[in-house]
Amino acid sequence: MTIVSVEKDVDSLTLTLVAEFDAPIDRVWQLWADPRQLERWWGPPSHPATVEKHQLSVDGEVGYYMTGPDGERSHGWWRVTSLDPPASLDFTDGYAHPDGTPNADTPTTAVRVRLAERNGGTRMELRFRFASGEHMKRLQRWGAFDVFPQSVGQMDALLAR
Amino acid sequence: MVVGSLSDAEVDRLFHALADTTRRDILQRCIRGEPSVSRLADGYPMSFAAVQKHVAVLERAGLVVKERRGREQLVRTDGDAVVGARRVLDELETAWRGRVERMAELLAHVPDEGRHG
Repeated sequence: MTIVSVEKDVDSLTLTLVAEFDAPIDRVWQLWADPRQLERWWGPPSHPATVEKHQLSVDGEVGYYMTGPDGERSHGWWRVTSLDPPASLDFTDGYAHPDGTPNADTPTTAVRVRLAERNGGTRMELRFRFASGEHMKRLQRWGAFDVFPQSVGQMDALLAR
Repeated sequence: MVVGSLSDAEVDRLFHALADTTRRDILQRCIRGEPSVSRLADGYPMSFAAVQKHVAVLERAGLVVKERRGREQLVRTDGDAVVGARRVLDELETAWRGRVERMAELLAHVPDEGRHG
């Protein structure tokens, strides 16, 4: 089984996913480090990804877009905050305007990738934390109450607090 | 990133809609009851058109629906479309499960192409 565990914490808006691959760590690192390989897994089959920019260095930027069935493109960006090949990569992932500049009105996600050799294979731990100030704080407040998609009556009681 | 069943555009609209105090307030009122647009407009120090605009933003985000009843336009929450943090996390999980599966597939079937330089 590839995915070993998934943990979600609604209060801190964090998702942690652990997977194990039957492949050497360098090979798994290439999935992130080689833009042509990244393109082959980043987008779902319905929305293939095209990586336009791929600077895997501290403060480096990755720019990509995904093309939907109707031809509509959705753009995204990463900014690398730290890396230590082939063991770790940290970056912020966000939405971009069509020209590739970050869209400040949308939330960003802090992504932490950790790779380690394990039984001849590779263990990959991914941690995602929504990290865009105000938007997510508001949503977090609602999320902490778990108001959605609860009944309208419950929502009312919680929002009235 | 496409987050599960919500498209980028949908997520954009959702966050945009929730990023405004007046709109969150309108949403809360719509959760409590089914106010008409004109009754909503009475509650804010802004023009009817401005309130109507806010309602339209909420509507585009799938958070409320408008319903004509007699001469009035009632606004109510669209329960199924209301999304919260838990769902956002669920969507993220779905998206990344797919990504990890594709990674495993690549590792299993595709020769190592990234090492030639």
